[in-house]
Amino acid sequence: MGIININKVTYEYIRRDEENNVEGITTAVDGVSLAVEPGEFIAILGHNGSGKSTLAKHINAILYPSEGSVVVDGMDTREDEKLLEIRQTAGMVFQNPDNQIIGQVVEEDVGFGPENMGVPTKEIWERVEESLKAVGMYEYRAFSPNKLSGGRKQRVSIASVIAMHPKCIILDEPTAMLDPQGRHEVIRAIRALNDVEKITMILITHYMEEVIYADRVFVMDRGKVAMSGTPKEIFSRVSELKELRLGVPQVTELAYELKRAGVPLPDGILSRKELTEALCRVFGK
Amino acid sequence: MLRDITIGQYYAADSVIHRLDPRTKLLATLAYLVSLFLFDFPGVYVLAAFFLALVVILSKVPFGYMVKGLKPVLFLLLFTVLMNMLFTKGEVLWSYWKITITKEGVMQAFYMAVRLILLILGSNVMTLTTTPTRLTNAIEAVMRPLKVIRVPVHEIAMMMSIALRFIPILLDETDKIMKAQQARGADFESGNFIQRARSMVPILVPLFISAFRRANDLAMAMEARCYHGGRGRTQMKPLRYALRDWLAYAVVLLYLAGMAVIGRRIFW
Ligand SMILES: Nc1ncnc2c1ncn2[C@@H]1O[C@H](COP(=O)(O)OP(=O)(O)O)[C@@H](O)[C@H]1O
Ligand SMILES: [Mg+2]
Repeated sequence: MGIININKVTYEYIRRDEENNVEGITTAVDGVSLAVEPGEFIAILGHNGSGKSTLAKHINAILYPSEGSVVVDGMDTREDEKLLEIRQTAGMVFQNPDNQIIGQVVEEDVGFGPENMGVPTKEIWERVEESLKAVGMYEYRAFSPNKLSGGRKQRVSIASVIAMHPKCIILDEPTAMLDPQGRHEVIRAIRALNDVEKITMILITHYMEEVIYADRVFVMDRGKVAMSGTPKEIFSRVSELKELRLGVPQVTELAYELKRAGVPLPDGILSRKELTEALCRVFGK
Repeated sequence: MLRDITIGQYYAADSVIHRLDPRTKLLATLAYLVSLFLFDFPGVYVLAAFFLALVVILSKVPFGYMVKGLKPVLFLLLFTVLMNMLFTKGEVLWSYWKITITKEGVMQAFYMAVRLILLILGSNVMTLTTTPTRLTNAIEAVMRPLKVIRVPVHEIAMMMSIALRFIPILLDETDKIMKAQQARGADFESGNFIQRARSMVPILVPLFISAFRRANDLAMAMEARCYHGGRGRTQMKPLRYALRDWLAYAVVLLYLAGMAVIGRRIFW
């Protein structure tokens, strides 16, 4: 039994006019099944509108499946009395850093989740300290969130989720609004938490470079899982990715083009180091 | 930049007044404001001014900083003074055409000005020495008895603190939108009142759309973090009275007694 089991989930957004008549139906998620094991680092790729956010909101019980079921750590998200426990088990980080920080001071924001859970005052302070230290933001605890850079704001958002002691964190394009420096900071924090604290991570992104650290990658297209596998497997299918309107990391693309031009290189090269080594082997140096 | 505007104009310093519980400051301020209007014997203003001066000195907020708080209400102040001076009947001091100034009018205007100045300075001491967060906490705590008559106290306090968090963000956004419109040739400065008001429409529409989107996102983020109203919620920074708060209450009571003694002319 995995920590998250998504069984044949379909979700439809129903648009209604003023008289409540159905105007149109968008099937945002279409029969997706997906199981995540504890401690895994999962990445979900897909172009805009492929249903990634809709799927993510199911894991946190913000949306409920029209068909199928979502089970988080043994709890079906439809069980109302488990709602708070589910949200505490599977925390969520959103895209826009400004729209998810509630506190007027960094430490108060991190304390918001534990406050809602009814954690005693003394323990809230311990959790705030430990979570801010885990993402390297402890020295900013007394800052106003408005004065932080985007990358730091997102690290605060991650700390705010960690303070609830979740087993799993879903990050919905946490780096989409950040500069390269901020992206780097956030990805490093996510990887460290996965390595050290063994928190299960589900990272939704459309930056290919962020995916190469994942254990498994799922590619979504029009509400369905179009491809799945390890980053190496996924990135060796360059032409299929291109059909799904997704790029590949620059290094992978270069290796792909070289291979098409006749250089005998292996598939799915993900890092500059790998490519250098492969090229050295080919040209006998 | 707009983002640097501090809402509630908190002045960071380490003083007895800063360290007082925000509930103490809130209730004491209310008592002080009421005391200014309870008595009309002029002698009370000497005591009220003396008391305020003492608190300001203790608060370590520079006097100039305090006086700055009067600027926005200068117009109101002048207006009140003029009105009282012109429309109070009594012994005529000076008269020209239809304008008459009476002795009573001058006195009345003077007292009104003193009252208003003390009132504004008095409430400024509170906002200058208390962070908005603590003030919201205090308002929630002080209003708690109203829960009995179904006033949504927790929700009101939550609304206030979210507004305080988002005002700087929205101001910043207004600034960005204005710049974007100006870059396309929009003009916000010239024209009469109506023209200028109309030129604000292209700013307000995107601002409102964005504010609603933010509200939607924020609601989702709060729910994702287990927010479910005030029920079963604990506090990270609970309010606790210390000895100094009880002493402060005692001082305020003494002050009120003093005001009553002077105001009601009890000993003479
Ligand atoms: N609140 C909504 N109401 C109606 N349709 C929506 C809503 N949110 C998303 N959709 C639609 O559902 C589809 C999937 O959207 P989404 O899950 O946000 O994709 P992604 O996160 O991959 O960009 C899109 O076609 C989008 O237009
Ligand atoms: Mg999305």
